[in-house]
Amino acid sequence: MSLIQINNLVKEYVMGENILRALDGVNLGIERNDYVAITGTSGSGKSTMLNVLGCLDRPTSGNYVLNGKDVGHLDPDELAEIRNREIGFIFQSFNLLTRATALQNVMQPLVYQGVPLHERKRRAEEALNHVNLGNRMDHLPNQLSGGQRQRVAVARALVTKPSILLADEPTGNLDSRTTVEIMKLFDELHKQNQTIIIVTHEPEIANHCLRIVRLEDGRVAEDRRKS
Amino acid sequence: MFVFDMMESFRAALLSIRAHGFRSFLTTLGIIIGVAAVIAVVSIIQGLQFTINQQFEGLGTNSIVVQSVNTFERRIQGIISRITPQDFEMLSTRVEGIATISPIIAGAGNSVRYGSQVTAVQVTGSDYNYQVVGRIFIKYGRFLSDNDDQTRRRVAVIGETVRQNLHLPANPVGEYIRIGDEWMKVIGLAEERGQILGQNQDNMVVIPYGTMRSITGNQNKLDVVIQIILGDISQMEVVQDRVITLLRTAHKLAPKDDDDFRVQTSQQLTSTFNTVLTTVTIVAGGIVAISLLVGGIGIMNIMLVSVTERTREIGICKAIGAKRHQILMQFLFESLLLCLLGGLVGLLIGYGIGAFAAAAIPNFPAAVVPLWAILLSVGFSAGVGLVFGIMPAAKAANLDPIEALRYE
Ligand SMILES: Nc1ncnc2c1ncn2[C@@H]1O[C@H](COP(=O)(O)OP(=O)(O)OP(=O)(O)O)[C@@H](O)[C@H]1O
Ligand SMILES: [Mg+2]
Repeated sequence: MSLIQINNLVKEYVMGENILRALDGVNLGIERNDYVAITGTSGSGKSTMLNVLGCLDRPTSGNYVLNGKDVGHLDPDELAEIRNREIGFIFQSFNLLTRATALQNVMQPLVYQGVPLHERKRRAEEALNHVNLGNRMDHLPNQLSGGQRQRVAVARALVTKPSILLADEPTGNLDSRTTVEIMKLFDELHKQNQTIIIVTHEPEIANHCLRIVRLEDGRVAEDRRKS
Repeated sequence: MFVFDMMESFRAALLSIRAHGFRSFLTTLGIIIGVAAVIAVVSIIQGLQFTINQQFEGLGTNSIVVQSVNTFERRIQGIISRITPQDFEMLSTRVEGIATISPIIAGAGNSVRYGSQVTAVQVTGSDYNYQVVGRIFIKYGRFLSDNDDQTRRRVAVIGETVRQNLHLPANPVGEYIRIGDEWMKVIGLAEERGQILGQNQDNMVVIPYGTMRSITGNQNKLDVVIQIILGDISQMEVVQDRVITLLRTAHKLAPKDDDDFRVQTSQQLTSTFNTVLTTVTIVAGGIVAISLLVGGIGIMNIMLVSVTERTREIGICKAIGAKRHQILMQFLFESLLLCLLGGLVGLLIGYGIGAFAAAAIPNFPAAVVPLWAILLSVGFSAGVGLVFGIMPAAKAANLDPIEALRYE
């Protein structure tokens, strides 16, 4: 059984009189341990797609089964639970809590799981060490470089051991050297059997992945596996 | 799990309050001022009430005061009611169940001389029971005796202020002072009593009741206040009724006439005072409730601003799995804590103001903060925090994660 199965997924935005179809009947299955890039031109619906996959947004219609569970009809708190346990989300703009240290940021998802403080700390430290930030735990986000911030975000996404890691243009705000660094991290995670989906419009990034899904006007225009 | 969430929300709220230290302070200023006002007012009033009650207790619960009543209507009809010395004698012989009964004549202001010094004093005529009634302690010499009264001795007990004004020696016993046209021998100096409600208690001269009567030219002007102490408190009503009946007969009042005198027990006196003070407390409490309400609206306003400001932060928390009740509790705790802190700071400031005011007014009783005022103001602050925190907290909890993340 696929980790992710979506059928005829539609997402519409109502803008006054007009209805804008950001996703126009997407069908997609993603297996465990896969390393997928979602590409496409700007406005093709990549972020919309990833937000739905990450249970941040709800589709207008269509089915979405994650890990054997139909998440289409869950209430906001159940969706929060899914985001917390099943999904690790990485954003282009990092989205760290600005008033919390790197360690506190990574500990935060565990707060919502009811993990006791010392255990939370231990696991967050482990995750930060994993992304080579063991020496920056007590820094605030604005005391870290862009690449370091994104690595904190990766650690935060990983700390709950999610079934899937979703990244929306994770290198979009980074220079080329840091980009290489972050992509190396994703490659490593994939080798450790983490399922990863990366949204990007850069071919070099997409080339890291095993499978490339190209969207066009909210539809899957191409779905190929690297040989 | 719920306790865990509470603790985490509490922690987050505390951090957030600390992160916005000065703003948090400004936010709670309304609450601080409100609570400080209640506590200041209440502590002063309670101090006053406490002292007054204590003073009346000094009289004993079994005492009765009889004095004339001159209503405005009767005064313009030219009728002046008095309790005469004859009334006093009648009551002292014809009422049963009395332990002690003593007359007090508050004389008109007299000029008192010693050598070349002159001072104006209200001279009181009474007997030795006045020492108890007036709570007078003797520093030098002695107080008036029964014998002084019966033999109309020309003797006087004076207060410290009078001694100073007249430049009498530190121990004035044995000196002669001139009250009006009479020479009186000073037989006692009272210990200082300070001021009560701005009135100097040491500017006094007490002479025997008999002497007072004999030196008062026009006997028709004498108006006596009678202080009765009962042997048995259960006789209170009987004695009160008897006094009223006797005085009405003596004053030849027709059944339809009102009493032209007042018979008050010390309890009635106390409760009159207490009623006044309670009213003041309630009025002050009402004003303060309004100010707390305004403070609460201020808190709600800032919390709403804070929720808007932190929309993105809330979005992040939701994206990584915060449930609605977790966000709700954090913001609710934040306003609750703000209000509680404001309440506590207000409590301290209010007590400070009360104590300072009480100390600044000479001889004003010390401020007393009763437990109910503390509980009430802290409880009210907490209530304000919860009531006015709900709306902003609910707003935060119900934010859509994706919308919140998009918020710039
Ligand atoms: N909240 C919204 N309200 C209205 N329209 C939206 C909203 N979000 C996205 N859209 C529209 O949906 C379409 C897809 O947007 P989406 O953000 O998914 O594109 P994208 O592929 O991620 O583009 P980019 O590469 O620029 O990030 C766009 O036409 C966009 O204008
Ligand atoms: Mg996008």
